[in-house]
Amino acid sequence: MFGWEYPPHITGGLGTACFGLTKAMVSQGDQVIFIVPKAYGDESTEAARIVNASDIIVDFSKEVYNEYWKNLSYIEVNSQIIPYVGVDDFYNVINNRIKQYEGIKKIEHQRKYEFSGKYGPSLLEEVERYAMVAAEIAQNYEYEIIHAHDWLTYKAGIVAKKISGKKLVIHVHATEFDRSGENINKAVYDIERFGMDNADHIVCVSDFTRNIVITRYGQDPEKVTTIYNGANSMSVQEIQNQKTVKEKVVTFLGRVTFQKGPDYFVEAATKVLQYDKNVRFVMAGSGDMLNRMVALVAKNRISQNFHFTGFLKGEDVNKMFALSDVYVMPSVSEPFGISPLEAMNANVPVIISKQSGVSEVLKYAIKVDFWDIDAMANAIYSLLHYPALSKMFIKNGKKEVESIRWDDSAQKLRNLYYKLLR
Amino acid sequence: MKSICFYFQVHQPFRLRNYRFFDIGRNHSYFDDIQNAWICRRVADKCYLPTNKLMLDLIKQHNGAFKISYSISGVALDQFEKYTPEVIDSFRQLAETGCVEFLAETYTHSLAALKSKQEFIDQVKIHSRKIETLFGVKPKVFRNTELIYSDEIGNMVADMGFKAQLTEGAKHILGWRSPNYAYSHSNRKDFKLLLKNFQLSDDIAFRFSQHTWQGYPLTTEKYVDWLNNVETPQCINLFMDYETFGEHQWKETGIFEFLKHLPSRVLSHSKYTFNTPSELAETLNPVDKINVPYPISWADEERDLTAWLGNDLQDDAFDQIYELEEKIRKVDDLNFWIDWRYLQTSDHFYYMCTKWFSDGDVHKYFNHYDSPYDAYMNYANVLSDLRIRLDDALNISFLPSVEQIKSNIVRNDLLEKTETKKKKTETTKKAANKTKQPKDKEEEKPKRTRAKTTKSEK
Repeated sequence: MFGWEYPPHITGGLGTACFGLTKAMVSQGDQVIFIVPKAYGDESTEAARIVNASDIIVDFSKEVYNEYWKNLSYIEVNSQIIPYVGVDDFYNVINNRIKQYEGIKKIEHQRKYEFSGKYGPSLLEEVERYAMVAAEIAQNYEYEIIHAHDWLTYKAGIVAKKISGKKLVIHVHATEFDRSGENINKAVYDIERFGMDNADHIVCVSDFTRNIVITRYGQDPEKVTTIYNGANSMSVQEIQNQKTVKEKVVTFLGRVTFQKGPDYFVEAATKVLQYDKNVRFVMAGSGDMLNRMVALVAKNRISQNFHFTGFLKGEDVNKMFALSDVYVMPSVSEPFGISPLEAMNANVPVIISKQSGVSEVLKYAIKVDFWDIDAMANAIYSLLHYPALSKMFIKNGKKEVESIRWDDSAQKLRNLYYKLLR
Repeated sequence: MKSICFYFQVHQPFRLRNYRFFDIGRNHSYFDDIQNAWICRRVADKCYLPTNKLMLDLIKQHNGAFKISYSISGVALDQFEKYTPEVIDSFRQLAETGCVEFLAETYTHSLAALKSKQEFIDQVKIHSRKIETLFGVKPKVFRNTELIYSDEIGNMVADMGFKAQLTEGAKHILGWRSPNYAYSHSNRKDFKLLLKNFQLSDDIAFRFSQHTWQGYPLTTEKYVDWLNNVETPQCINLFMDYETFGEHQWKETGIFEFLKHLPSRVLSHSKYTFNTPSELAETLNPVDKINVPYPISWADEERDLTAWLGNDLQDDAFDQIYELEEKIRKVDDLNFWIDWRYLQTSDHFYYMCTKWFSDGDVHKYFNHYDSPYDAYMNYANVLSDLRIRLDDALNISFLPSVEQIKSNIVRNDLLEKTETKKKKTETTKKAANKTKQPKDKEEEKPKRTRAKTTKSEK
């Protein structure tokens, strides 16, 4: 399996999902080799063998790379916009990454053809490099099927497939349309499409994403299967009533980017606050729309009851949930969305947008269209004022989360593998 | 004697409009007039009008040998009067044939029998009155909302003077016994129970157009054979929603053709006669009494109340609406009563059911909400507004009289002063009138007295 990150070094849902899936697969008797661009050495190895792509020494003089480079050289990379927004604070992270990789690049320079230097410092370069490394890995390990997670690894998957002749499954956790709406980055779209066209099968995390793959990427529906994510058995953090404010708290937790619909949350908050001042709204997370959100809160004159926390991690996330009375995920486009499951696990009732994959599997959640601010405000108000409703969600939410298991996803995936290998 | 007893349920709820929390305290119209009118019109055109016409033709054709009965909820009648008055006329035509019986039920198709005896009795009374004024006959047989019945409900109904009640032939109540006989209340021999034969009823109501059903396609020949195969029945009670004809089973399924030919086939190829519930109640002797300690209904496999009550949302909403009863009974304003009663309609609770998350198709058809939560939130918002209105209305009517205020709030000494002041102004007025002083001077004087009192207060 080619991935981009693995716990504990994760920046988004992708790493968590990869971990959950591989763990379940291994527990069911499969062997998984998981390749990440950079391993820190303290990755959880309970589930899979972690291979650090940065440790692989690539001999670029081999003919096979020549071949690959010839095949792929048409890919035009230009990256004024950094395409990977699957990371909180992506600008910071990317900047860090670039620093990290500069050292590696130097080594690479010694081993490259016409590779580095041609492009600006961008993620796309890493994708290319990753693909190169994949070729080496493909030759050195034993495996039956190749599985690539998200567009960053598609090329690596394709190279591995070309070299080994094994079947390639690509796993779509998100598409460029989720990340950027209609203003897509063509280079990323091309890589995604290239990956899909070359894959033997495509796995999507929800029907919502499956539809995008079929309609926007022109894939044959026969070739696309939905396998829902599971929920990692989350350690229950028993944080006793730590509420520091007497008002009710409504929380948005996630990247403050277009995809997550933070502006709809602010507008819904404004509506609620017009009628009920005893509510505090919290926007936890950061992103490129954060400044605009601060300005919007000021413009709507609700700053007394609206708070920003910045990016939260680990323990702080649990504390935030412990404080919350309602969790809202107003995503404009969410292939799956794991955070509502975390909220439910922490006994917080959730409101999720219908434009999310997770809404296809959840029953104990209020579902609204992301643009329907009235409905969203109404749902918030109802959860705060009608105890029968919130009690019902708290009572059943946790049970429901526990029933969404990675084991089922792994089982489905294995069935798919067998079908492909037959 | 072998009888077939047809009873059709006619009901349309007043559906709520999308009522957001920001409407609370501002907007007091709860019902979606546009949607209700649209649905009423649609069902009238697809079902009520064509089926009524067909029934009328059949009754005339068979010279009184074909008899049927209806229970039309008060809320349905209200909507017909409002949106499709010709439906009322067509029922009236049926009533005039004398072959049609109208049954009593709760006015708003409510579950009041489970919660408030007073409200239950009131609703049955106003429903009977409505039926009598519209169709000229006083109902003698009762059927409760969704055929809900228990020993306790039977007692209340018998006390109201009804001879019989219709309910479900639920297996867990009957055990080995057959629904095709008359039974009696557990401790009131004179109160008879007619039980629905759910097998033969649902063959028409639910399975008629099911291609996967082994009985498909259902013909009148086949159906009458099945009727003939029933062993020594007294009566076969075929109870179903009237909307079966043309709405649940579309015209294209051939349901009207089936209905058109059924009476003549029954009369020519079997020994059955068609009878109304009150005829059966008079002629049949109960074969046994049945005990129903817990309420039964005609819904779902379980034949219990879980379609309307049982989950937290439903129970909360149900408790809340009847909590208002005490206050409602203190106000005279008819608008409160109408809103409160329309909100009792069982459908509102049905929309909140979480039972069929997995197989929602059948139930979704009757449900305009996306989810049970939407239904609950909407209902809870409406109740919040109704409660606020009620409290306001009661506060106003509870305002103490002017005398009470005077004695309680205003200090007596102040009171005396203002009264003496009044006398003064009156006398000065009189004096002014006598001396015919110009107006402006008259106005000056009260001002001066006012200034005096403020001083004295200090």
